[in-house]
Order: sequence, then C-alpha cells, then structure tokens
Amino acid sequence: MPHNHPETELHNPQSTKPPLDPHLKALENEAIHIFREVAAEFERPVMLYSIGKDSSVLLHLARKAFYPGRVPFPLLHVDTGWKFREMIAFRDEIVEKYDLDLVVHTNPRGAAENVTPFSHGSALYTDIMKTEALRQALDAGQYDAAFGGARRDEEASRAKERIYSFRTPDHRWDPRNQRPELWNIYNGMIRKGESVRAFPLSNWTEVDIWRYIQAEEIPIVPLYFAKKRPIVERDGMMILAEDPRLELLPGEVKREEVIRFRTLGCFPLTGAIRSGATTLDDIISELETATVSERQGRAIDRDQSGSMEKKKREGYF
Amino acid sequence: MTAPAIANAALDDATEVVTYTAQEPVRATRDSRPLRLITCGSVDDGKSTLIGRLLWDTKAVKEDQAATLQRDSNGKQNDLGLPDFALLLDGLQAEREQGITIDVAYRYFSTDKRSFIVADTPGHEQYTRNMATGASTADLAVLLVDARVGLLEQTRRHATIATLMGIRQFVLAVNKIDLTNYDRSRFEQISHEFRELALSLGVRQVTAIPVSALKGENVVYDGRASMPWYDGPTLIEVLELATTRSAQTVGFRLPVQRVSRPGESFRGYQGTVAGGSVKPGDSVVILPSGMVANVTKIVTFDLVRNAAVAGDAITLVLDRQVDVSRGDVIAAIDSQPMTGLAFDAQLVALQPEGIQPGKRYWLKSGSRRQRVQVQPASQLDLKTGKWNHADELPMNAIGKVHLIFDEQAIFDAYEQNRTTGAFILIDPDTNNTVAGGMITAKRAALGGIHAEESRVILSLPADLADQLMATELFAGRREDVEVRRVTAGKAAEIIDTIDG
Repeated sequence: MPHNHPETELHNPQSTKPPLDPHLKALENEAIHIFREVAAEFERPVMLYSIGKDSSVLLHLARKAFYPGRVPFPLLHVDTGWKFREMIAFRDEIVEKYDLDLVVHTNPRGAAENVTPFSHGSALYTDIMKTEALRQALDAGQYDAAFGGARRDEEASRAKERIYSFRTPDHRWDPRNQRPELWNIYNGMIRKGESVRAFPLSNWTEVDIWRYIQAEEIPIVPLYFAKKRPIVERDGMMILAEDPRLELLPGEVKREEVIRFRTLGCFPLTGAIRSGATTLDDIISELETATVSERQGRAIDRDQSGSMEKKKREGYF
Repeated sequence: MTAPAIANAALDDATEVVTYTAQEPVRATRDSRPLRLITCGSVDDGKSTLIGRLLWDTKAVKEDQAATLQRDSNGKQNDLGLPDFALLLDGLQAEREQGITIDVAYRYFSTDKRSFIVADTPGHEQYTRNMATGASTADLAVLLVDARVGLLEQTRRHATIATLMGIRQFVLAVNKIDLTNYDRSRFEQISHEFRELALSLGVRQVTAIPVSALKGENVVYDGRASMPWYDGPTLIEVLELATTRSAQTVGFRLPVQRVSRPGESFRGYQGTVAGGSVKPGDSVVILPSGMVANVTKIVTFDLVRNAAVAGDAITLVLDRQVDVSRGDVIAAIDSQPMTGLAFDAQLVALQPEGIQPGKRYWLKSGSRRQRVQVQPASQLDLKTGKWNHADELPMNAIGKVHLIFDEQAIFDAYEQNRTTGAFILIDPDTNNTVAGGMITAKRAALGGIHAEESRVILSLPADLADQLMATELFAGRREDVEVRRVTAGKAAEIIDTIDG
C-alpha cells in the first residue's frame, strides 16, 4: 500500500519502560515473527479488529513488528451495529492516533431485515451479523490472509487450531484435515480464492494478555475497568442499560451497579461481572483468583457444547 | 439452568477438589520462558487423566468449563468425584464421537514459578506424525507408562521419535502406581529399564517418578503419605526446573523475513534471531550471495538495542548497500552455516501419499522456500531401532533422505541448531505440508547440475591425506571435496570397480 510516510524517529520516546520479563518477551517475539511472515508471504493481508483487549494487544504487536514502518495492512472491523458505544469511540480514536487504515463492514441484511439480537435470538443474529458479515467483508476485500486475536486457551476447539489456519474459498475450516505445523515454519501456500487465518496470539493466555497490556501500557476500552454503570438483569446476565434500543421487558428494572466487562462484544449479548477492579493490577489479581473462564459471560458459546467448533466450521472467526 | 447455576452445581459435586486449591498464590513476574513439553502415552496409560490432573491442580480449569464437562459427561465421574478429563481435552466433536484423540492439541497451565505449554498428542502408532509435530517445539518429553504393565513397544517408539526431534530431557511417569500397592521395587525396575533405553538413544537427562494421576499423587502435590520411600521431585517440580532449549551458544543467524523501507533513509532487515547473538560493529555475511557488511544498528519498537540474542525479533541495519532479500540468511562471518546443493536429512512423512522418490517438492526452512528433489535412502524400524533400505517413505515413516537443490541452500545441522537445521516439505500439487525434516550433514555436490563436471578419485595413505587436507589450498575448497575413510583393501575394491 503506497503511503507517504514521514521519516520516523528511531529513538522511541516510550523506551523508559522496564524490559519485558522473559515469558512475555518470548510470546511477543513469536507473535512478531508470525506477523512478519504473513505480511511477507501473502498479497492482501488484513487484520480483524474487534476493539477488545486481545485486538488491542494484536494491534500493538503489529505496530512493533513493522516499526519503523507503518502497519502494512488495513484493519477490518465487522460492526454489528450493536457494539458498546464506548468501543466505537475508542476505535476511531486509535485509528487516528496510530495512522491506521480501517475498513468497517456491516451486513446490509441487518438494516434491510431488521436483524437484532432481540428479534432473532443470539444464535441466528450472530450467524448473520458476525459470521456472514465477516465472509462478505473478506470476499469484498479479496483478502488472502486475515489476522485474528484468538487464543488456544479460550475454548476447547481452539486448542487444536493451527497458527496458520487454512480456509476454503467459502471460508470453511476443516478441523479433521488441518496442515501439520512443525517448529516455527508456516506453510502459506494457497490457491486463488483460498485463504489463511493467522493467529499470532495462539499461545497466549488471558493472564498473559493483561500482564502484557500492563507492561506495555496499551490503551484499552474503559469498559474493562469497574465503574458504577446502569444495568439490567436478563437470562442470568447483567446487561449494560445505556442504549435507548434496549427495551425493558416486564419485570425488568434498571439499576446501577459497580461492574466491569471481562470480554467485549455486542452489548445485549455480553454479561458484566460485579467487580471493584479499577486498575490493571486489580484486574490481574482478580483474574489470578478467578474461578470462571472469560467466555462464561458470552451468550453465544453456551448455546450448545461444541458450538464454537460448529460456528468456526461455518466461517466464524 | 443458567451458567452460574451450573457452575454452582459443579462446585457442589467437586467440593473435595476445590479444597485442594484453596491457597492461591498471587503470581509474580515470570523469570523464565514458558516450558514446552510433549506428553507421550496412550489412553490406557492414563494420559488424559494426567494432563487433566495437571490442569485441575494448577487451577487452569475454571468452574464454567468444569460445569460444561460435568454436563457433557452425563454425571459420569471417577472415584474421586472428578469429571471425565478426557472430555475436557478432546476438543473436537469428531473426536468425542470416536472416543479417541486424533490431533495435536495445546494446553496451558502455570504455577507461580513458570508457565507451561503442553502438546497433547495421541499415542497410537498411526499418529507418529502428530507426535513428531508436537515434539518439534518441545523442550522436554513426559513418557507415561502403566506401572502394572511396564515399558511397551510404544514407549520405545515415543522415546525414539522424541530423540530424533531433538528432545534431550525425559520424564518417565510411572502411572497407576496405586494399583501396584505402591510397589517400590516395581517402580525401580521400570525406571532402570527406561534409563537403559534412554541411554541407548543418547539421552542422559532422565527423571522417573511414581505417579497416581487419578489420585493426584506426585503430579502437583506430593505422594509422601502413600509412598514414603520416594523422596524425589513431583512432576511439576521437575517441569519447573527443566531447561528450555536455546540456540545462543552457536553462530549468529538471522533468516530475513522482510526488508523494511519506510522511507528513503531507512533500510532494515527484519527477522527472528535463529542462533547466537549480534551487536553493532559485528561483521556479517549475507548468504547465499556471500557479501560482507557490518552491523550498525539493531532497531526495535522500544529502543535501539546494544545486542540481540537467539529468539529476539529484530530489525537489523547494515553499514552498506548490499542486496538482501527475503529468504537470505545474515550470519556471523566467522561461524557460517553450510551452503550447498545437496544435503542429508532425516524426515517424518506426514501425509497418506508418503514421500515419493524423484518428486520435486517445495522446501521451506526459516523464511527460505525453494525447490528440492528428495531421494529416500532408508527407513527406521521403530520396533528394532534399525535403519532399513527404502526407496520411498509411506505416511508416518521416519526416513533418511538425500536432498538435491537447484539453487544454493543454507542450513546448519539440526543437532547444532533446531531452527536453521529444520525444514518442511510442501507438495506443489496439493500445497499441503507432507514432511518435517532435520538436516544431518551436507553432501558434496556430486549430483544435480554438477553431475557432468570432471572429478578425480584418489586413494591415499591416511597420513598423507591428513597433511594435504591441512593445507590452505585444500581447506579453501573443502566444500567441493568428498572424503571417505576406508581400509586399504576396501579402497582397492572400489577403485577396481571403476572404469577409467
């Protein structure tokens, strides 16, 4: 992508930070290696940017990988239209600050058929507004490689996914027939129309993500920190009640609670947790004694066991 | 039932276990790299239970995951009220249906001292390829045997594959020791046999541990109450102290991934240091061109660094305009890798088509991809440890092969460097990865495009040959010479068979 790039100051003013510990350094090195390899081997890479903490780490690593150059591929945000408002504001600020190319795609069916998490249920809504939307955006951009922030520790079916995860022209993942992946040698050979999803954070755990955010002072959406916020309880989840499109059902009461979010997605499908964690230190110590996994707050993973595998086969990230 | 309700239900069922982990240390900064390990053994040996136990006792399994587990196992539990760990580990629906593990899965857990990445691979013979994949990145192998059964043929197979892939630290977990009534002599007999086996493969670093994965004895918590006679470390203690492999003691290597040119005044070579270290002022050679330059700067996002070591992802700036592109290797000038058109290697065939003689594959090593022709020479019999002649290699075979390149290839021996000595083969017809390989040595370029060049075969007394080879003239062209040391009788026999 030709771009008039200003000369970059080589001595980065951020260098006052203490060096990373060897554990995080090893994870960072691995991720940078993957970024560079994909950028060199593929013609049209793109980075999936979901605005969450993993995406924030992914973006930071991309900037490190290509420094002093610019990030040599665009960011793609699949916007369902139901994200937290603070996420969108954060996204636009980051894109501006780091001089990034951003592509935003929303499935037109959302508006045309009025597809909402309330009207269609979480499974169908996710299928249309996330999975289908992602396929549309990848096809439109003719991207042959897409970076994602998925981690193997997130969910059982992810544990076997490769770092270069091969997809057919219709974006399908065949878990039974994955390419073997040895050492740090990645096979990026594909035919026209086929693509690869690349996961630089494969070997990171949730604690690693938070410790890295802390060590590298990476900006994240404020919703991760505890604050008194309006919520409503629904299906055993605490949902943020600030968007006027959220209609209270009979018996539901809006109230204020000190809460935060462990993961961010579409606000009607993302449950908050009661937490007083207002700093990264608080979050990390909360996490290290946590007894439930981060995906517990996500409605879409609970539909059925093996539901993530099913969604992934169909092209979900 | 809502998720928290399920989680609570799981809690009630597993109360005994939760009390184990009541004391949760606040985890400090990690002062070492994650240890990568591979577990070898079969379902019968209790492998899933052992890994499940590691995850459970280090609190890597969260309540909601345990709840899903509880739900999926339909209330099936073992004697201790623990859920069926195999369900936790076998991630893919296809595998659950078949009840076997068919692929490599990666698991993560940590203690307050270190974090761990486990490559969990199936034990069946037909999955040698998966074990080789898992072993390729591992620092250590945990081999599991059933205390009642002792070493099996598969134990030898697993140990052999692990050794071939470069693993030099073994832990033998003698599992189900509770079912032998904690029989000390049985444990000692098995560990003795295993040490002999390991030694025959050249592995000296062996720790044998009597374990009950089911009861959690000598895995994370010690089993002193049941085995007062065992005063060695628990499995987790061995893992915490194990060494991670490092390529820092060999010559500097930087396989160039990409050239960074953000503006006219900056030109940097980006890659991950694959061996040794580098600092500004060092003289380097660019291979295969052989051009020489000096390092002026090591650039990273955070600061301009004084040095970089193996494993670091860096951007290197040189003092002069030289032609460097992706796939080149920047190396220490006084400790260069081998370059040439023919190499010997060992490889594991990973796909049903096997490795066919004479077929032209893509070879990728580091960031370098080039055409190669593969000639199988022999195949390892995993039962006997013998190498038998072979013309082709079927799936799961481990073979010795000759590699013949059209263009200069750049390697170290795998024994010296696990990064620059490793490669994969890609089938140009399917684009699939069909083999993982390890370079053993360079061959004199007697085949390929040099086949028609004129050569002389000399038969010399050993002392005269040694003197000749010590000369500067000879040393300068050492790469072009092939030397075999044989008896005078054998030499006469060979010479006699040549017309000319």
